[in-house]
Amino acid sequence: MDEQKPDSGVEKLQAKKLPIFWGLHAEPPKGLRWLLIIIPFVLLVALYLFASDYRHKRNPSDKLLPTVSKMADAVKRAAFEKNKRTGERQLWSDTWASMKRIGIGLGFSAICGLFLGLYLGLLPGIRNLLLPFITFVSIIPPLAILPILFIVFGVDELAKVVLIFFGTFPIITRDIYLSVKKIPREQIIKALTLGASQHAVVFRVITPQIIPKLIDTVRVNMGPAWLFLIASEAIAATSGLGYRIFLVRRYLAMDTIIPYVLWIVLIGLTIDNVLKMIIRYKFSWYLANKD
Amino acid sequence: MNGLENTSLLYLEDVYKIYGGHTVLDDIDLAVASGEIITLVGPSGCGKSTLLRLVLGQEFPTSGTLLIDGEFPGFPNSTRGIVYQKYSLFPHLTVLKNVTAGPELNLGFFERRQKKAELIEEAEHYLEKVRLAEHMYKYPHQLSGGMRQRVAIAQSLIMKPKILLMDEPFGALDPGTREDMQMFLLELWEEIGMTIFFVTHDLEEAVFIGSRILVLSQHYTDDRGNEDGVKRGAKIVYDHSLEKMASATSVKDKPEFSELIRHIRQQGFEPEYQQHVKDFDLKHHHSFRTINQPEYDPE
Repeated sequence: MDEQKPDSGVEKLQAKKLPIFWGLHAEPPKGLRWLLIIIPFVLLVALYLFASDYRHKRNPSDKLLPTVSKMADAVKRAAFEKNKRTGERQLWSDTWASMKRIGIGLGFSAICGLFLGLYLGLLPGIRNLLLPFITFVSIIPPLAILPILFIVFGVDELAKVVLIFFGTFPIITRDIYLSVKKIPREQIIKALTLGASQHAVVFRVITPQIIPKLIDTVRVNMGPAWLFLIASEAIAATSGLGYRIFLVRRYLAMDTIIPYVLWIVLIGLTIDNVLKMIIRYKFSWYLANKD
Repeated sequence: MNGLENTSLLYLEDVYKIYGGHTVLDDIDLAVASGEIITLVGPSGCGKSTLLRLVLGQEFPTSGTLLIDGEFPGFPNSTRGIVYQKYSLFPHLTVLKNVTAGPELNLGFFERRQKKAELIEEAEHYLEKVRLAEHMYKYPHQLSGGMRQRVAIAQSLIMKPKILLMDEPFGALDPGTREDMQMFLLELWEEIGMTIFFVTHDLEEAVFIGSRILVLSQHYTDDRGNEDGVKRGAKIVYDHSLEKMASATSVKDKPEFSELIRHIRQQGFEPEYQQHVKDFDLKHHHSFRTINQPEYDPE
């Protein structure tokens, strides 16, 4: 009897089904996994529709939680009808203005961050010269110096681009620096024994290994970039997604604000996924070596 | 001076390496002829890798002379190839690109493109030598440990270095693969005849691979006494040439083989076995030593 005990224990364990949702050992089956993903979204939409309907029953001209048809109207006006005053299709001109600012600001900070990170990581002299300084700069809250940027660069495009640059550049630099430092010393010595010059080590051996990391850190920095974009547009601008949201806030135009926010989310998701795809297809070795 | 500094491929005389008062290498004298496969073995922490880094140019002697082909070698460059235990390969390049990396790094943007076909042909030649021609479009992470080390060897050989340094290259491999790689390296050596400087902590591997074995050890004594101020570093305590006969792993089972290993283990690896500097077993015909006064005082 005693000898059989462990066996029956194993059987018991095997007979016991793994939990499908709750606990450390949960293994949700595939169908359930999709369902779980959808649940929070469905709940949010349902809650909104219910609340909106409730408010409209009491006050048909409620502005706080507009109905879907009201939002659709607002989208139609913004996306397809020319603005009477400016002659532009507002949603697209706003999107273009914002994307230009983010693109230039984040693009510049990616390029500068890459070069500076490489030099900090590889050249001890530059590291001594600049690392403490970069650390100092990275701690300054970018929004705290926004007034300075407006005073120095004016309220036009430049100040907004500089804010985005300033908000993302120190983080990208430090990220690149840390991953350059993580590259084993052996790789550099190896390249030198293959006859590489110092220049070739930096740009032909280390840089190609860092590019996918750069794409990753740009993905992460999209969040802060949006924050700084909308903050600067809210304060002084004549176009842009953030500008529009803060403009129509005065008229409680939730029917415009909500679609604009969803539009920003859609743009962000698309960019993130495109960058993810680039890494997956162009830098398969990077994903394989990422621990 | 003894003339060896001009005729040897690698020449060290009175080389010391001291890290902040801690002597690691203590008066190393060594002359290595071209075409040898030198194995350097010793107890862990004795400074084998330090000596390798000196030859590589990654670090420099605190004092003493180190020459490669009669010249001061300087920072790492293409006179010396290196194969590490790990991280020898560039993870972002395919096997083929890893092998062509050397020649390509020496060419400009346009030359590289002009000579592309030539470079690939040369790389294929080396990949065939290391029996990896069919894997040349894979990335390093897709290869097994033994295959990766073979790529690393091809990657180094394509530069035709004067000396190929290997730092515990097979240390991370499982025993079967390790033995295969030892055989493979010997066959390649017999075919090409390159000079190899092979560092390992595995005595059996050292005796099996080497045409000359060096034992570096801190377990010895000399006339400097044992007062507190005396800090000895490692010296070469054993230096013999080894018969490179039919290279089959079966020699490892022969009694002579295990007898030799037992002998070397006693001389270099046992802390209690303290040989005097003047009695070191340095029988290789290129072996020489410059013993300084305080270490050996016949009076």
